[in-house]
Amino acid sequence: MTIKYTKDHEWVRVEGDVATVGVSDHAQHQLGDVVFVELPDVGRQLQQGKEAAVVESVKAASDVYAPVSGEVIEANADLENDPSLVNTGAETTGWFFKLRLSNPAELDALMDEAAYKAFVEGQA
Amino acid sequence: MSMNNQGRPTDIRSTTNSAVPDTVTGNRGLQIEEPLIFEQDASGRCGVDLPEVPAVASRLGAVKPRAKVGLPGLAEPQVVRHYTRLSQKNYAIDSGLYPLGSCTMKHNPRLNEKMARLPGFSDVHPLQPESTVQGALELMAELGRWLTTLTGMAAVTLAPAAGAHGEMCGIMAIRAAHEAKGDTGRTKILVPESAHGTNPATAAACGYAVEAIPATEDGRVDLEALKAKLGPDVAGLMLTNPNTCGLFERDIITIAEAVHAAGAYFYCDGANFNAIVGRVRPADLGIDVMHINLHKTFSTPHGGGGPGSGPVVFAESLAPFVPVPYVVQDKDGSFRLVEQAGDGPAFGRMKAFHGQMGMFVRALSYMMSHGADGLRQVANDAVLNANYVLASLKDVMTPSFDGPCMHECLFDDRFLKGTGVTTLDIAKALIDEGFHPMTMYFPLVVHGALLIEPTETESKAGLDQFITALRALAERAKSGDAEYFQAAPRLTPRRRLDETAAARKPILRWTPEAAAEKVAAE
Amino acid sequence: MRYLPLTEADRRSMLAAIRASTVDDLFRDVPKAARLSGPIEGLPNHMGELEVERTLSAMAGKNLPAGSVPSFLGAGSYRHHIPATVDHLVQRGEFLTAYTPYQPEVSQGTLQVLFEFQTQVSLLTGMDVANASMYDGATACAEAVMMANRVTRRKKAILSGGLHPHYRDTTTTDARFIGFETVVMPAAPTGGEDLLSQIDGDTSCVVVQNPDVFGHVRDYTDLGKACQAKGVLLIVVVTEAMSLGLLTPPGEMGADIVAAEGQSLGNALNFGGPYVGLFAVKEKLVRQMPGRLCGQTVDADGRRGFVLTLSTREQHIRREKATSNICTNSGLCALAFSIHLSLLGEEGFTQLARLNHAKAVQLADKLAAVKGVEIVNDSFFNEFTVKLPKPAAAVVEQLAERRILAGVPASRLFAGELEELLIVAATETNTESDMDAFAKALAEVLS
Repeated sequence: MTIKYTKDHEWVRVEGDVATVGVSDHAQHQLGDVVFVELPDVGRQLQQGKEAAVVESVKAASDVYAPVSGEVIEANADLENDPSLVNTGAETTGWFFKLRLSNPAELDALMDEAAYKAFVEGQA
Repeated sequence: MSMNNQGRPTDIRSTTNSAVPDTVTGNRGLQIEEPLIFEQDASGRCGVDLPEVPAVASRLGAVKPRAKVGLPGLAEPQVVRHYTRLSQKNYAIDSGLYPLGSCTMKHNPRLNEKMARLPGFSDVHPLQPESTVQGALELMAELGRWLTTLTGMAAVTLAPAAGAHGEMCGIMAIRAAHEAKGDTGRTKILVPESAHGTNPATAAACGYAVEAIPATEDGRVDLEALKAKLGPDVAGLMLTNPNTCGLFERDIITIAEAVHAAGAYFYCDGANFNAIVGRVRPADLGIDVMHINLHKTFSTPHGGGGPGSGPVVFAESLAPFVPVPYVVQDKDGSFRLVEQAGDGPAFGRMKAFHGQMGMFVRALSYMMSHGADGLRQVANDAVLNANYVLASLKDVMTPSFDGPCMHECLFDDRFLKGTGVTTLDIAKALIDEGFHPMTMYFPLVVHGALLIEPTETESKAGLDQFITALRALAERAKSGDAEYFQAAPRLTPRRRLDETAAARKPILRWTPEAAAEKVAAE
Repeated sequence: MRYLPLTEADRRSMLAAIRASTVDDLFRDVPKAARLSGPIEGLPNHMGELEVERTLSAMAGKNLPAGSVPSFLGAGSYRHHIPATVDHLVQRGEFLTAYTPYQPEVSQGTLQVLFEFQTQVSLLTGMDVANASMYDGATACAEAVMMANRVTRRKKAILSGGLHPHYRDTTTTDARFIGFETVVMPAAPTGGEDLLSQIDGDTSCVVVQNPDVFGHVRDYTDLGKACQAKGVLLIVVVTEAMSLGLLTPPGEMGADIVAAEGQSLGNALNFGGPYVGLFAVKEKLVRQMPGRLCGQTVDADGRRGFVLTLSTREQHIRREKATSNICTNSGLCALAFSIHLSLLGEEGFTQLARLNHAKAVQLADKLAAVKGVEIVNDSFFNEFTVKLPKPAAAVVEQLAERRILAGVPASRLFAGELEELLIVAATETNTESDMDAFAKALAEVLS
């Protein structure tokens, strides 16, 4: 099970044909206290790079893009009650949604952990 | 994820030394704690005395009368005290300098309040026969004449209820004008990065794609970038002038020419008209349409967030597209309202009735008080005051741009680099010094913006005191006393508030259930 | 100039500090071609208070104040008695001259008022949550439709024929430019319209008014259920907030959004503005709501306080993705509304509503006795429609000559149609002798 990252700071973890998506720990730090997460409805078809969710801190709202294409099969209901999970467990309990991959090849273009780390450091 | 750069620090840095002295009541001298009206309820108490209801047979039809609303009962003295105490927790122009950039918080003359309350204006129904409201229509026509004369424009609508509503009106007129020409291929509105948030929100609401125009090093629109984006797909440009960095767009006439050459219209956000009123007529700059915030330039009170009023002036190019209703004067000298758009190019309506009449009276009262000579002096003094603040702070803070400013001066947070103090902290410390903070973190084109607009109604002595306070704070921040700032404000009715908690679990109203829980917990 | 504190000496010393020789130097970025060398032509120079007061009083004197004669106008703007306390408190400079409460530490007064206002509006409408006000009822209505479009991701609104035409037109203006569809039902002055059959898969909402523009009192409970079954939002418009003291609130009838005009409480007629739009929704819709919201929280010392919240919906954060471009609200008018309602309380508000209804019943009886006059309504609150044997606009003009403001001709609202209909309102301000004078004069004009 590998984790991959986008330049827009989403992560995706794939098991079989199911991908779990969230925002990176780095992104969580940049956002500050997350107060609300708007998640996609189950059944929605997402396109890679297109808007999938919205994450809000007190003074900022940011779009979260789908790192890969697919159909949403689950949204993290826990985030509705406790959006702070994004801060405390960005890459674990604070996941956003799961989707069924429609084009696994899209994963190839994403960064692995080391590449993402270097990317973030390069941005700073 | 698109990282949005509007974010600013909102966390409360807790401090051990509470600012609250230990009184039995929680009151602190003139600062008196005040419960919600709902917490002062006693059933059967009432603040009005009404006549008995005549016995009649109900004509409500099949609907059953309502059993209960749930409002609290208070007597008149309690109500007076409640709102008086609450008012004392507010900072206001009447109490001191309110240098919010782009908001033009100037003195609100009380004559204007008195005029708006003349029964001939305040006690007139909007749908009375026109023969009984000739004075009201005359006032609207006269206000329109002042606005078109001051801007050099051909036509005006008074209907929009606020600046953003005026923007909507202007962009609708632009769309209507393109449609009337059969030109339907224009899908974009260009908006500079420094624009107020309402500009892109308005353009997007009207179905346009918004394209940002970058700023140059000197804080103005990048003319070459603008020209590169202009084309047959551009419906218009929305530009604030003077812009939100407090700078006059030097190339504005060239910009207007380029916009027109591309077949597009030039919308000007008139939020900063105060800087140039009486000195420059926007029509002479090539602007096609502009809204005017009566609650900024023409001093109608902000009232804690409204009501505003946002008349829009139109050049000849867009004059046929003025929305209904509007006032016309007939040959016999009488006034009438055109209330139906009919089949002509006019569109509308944008709200119920004829506009914010109460604001029209106040604004005209203000204009007549100043006259053409006084309004020119308004612009002069507003610009002089802002430049005086800029000149007096530029050695301790970091101005974002060189050269003179217009009615407001912009600093960024480079002077705070490495101090651990943020723009927000400076603002909160300024509150303890008895001033309302400046506009913070706007415009977005500089980091940690501090935008100061003193307005013309501040005295030199008042500015000097503000400058002294801000200089001292800047120096204190650089001396490494970050903790002082992070704990500010200390002397206000409430200290920093937990905005994260408010947004995570929104409590947007009082409920009897919550009140019962509170009692149980105590 | 009495509003300008700088003296010539101040100006000289400030210019010296800036190192500018004249103030004109500060305007050097203005293109030469656009610089005016002196005061703008065609406008007078400054005036003293006395002169301004004289000029404006002369204009005001050309109007006929509604309170100076028997007046029965309504149709979205109502003349009620406003207790003296309201205007006194509204004019406190700390309320009048404060800005939007973006700095909560120095704005707890305005913020607590807004929190209380939101609660009052929620209670009146029977809804879960209300915002801190909109420009007016008509813009609130249009915003409600756009919100329904967002929530349902559909684009067609069905507007009842009983909706105030100004509200309808405000909404259709937005529809034209913002790009959504409206189905406008024909005016139904005698009641009855089939809204349900208009609903299809594209419908986002149905907009109804209660009491409707002709004054009919409606029960929308069944419509609400039907809408819910189809995933369509029910928007209930109220133009006479006083009616909420007596009628079933929209929340109890299944409204998803309530858009109302709050002028009747605390706010004078003002020839149509400024007024105060009320906007209330069901809890689950709160994040799709336009306008400012005030919320409760605690400060650094743990004490209760208030802040503007959920502001990521708004234009200053979301810019082109905002739920609405609205920035300004109607704060001071909301304050007047809130103070008036605090004075009234449960007892006063409900009694005042009953009083309004009783006055209208009395008036209806008196007008029904006039030959040729027919009361159209079988139900009403404080406003109803009468059918006259001749065009109402002319009758209203003739009555105005007799110094009676008789009501609103329906033709003024419906672009010349329904010319025999007159919409008449009565409030607590109308005495029995006002009503007798109206009935008598009407009989004379019709005879």
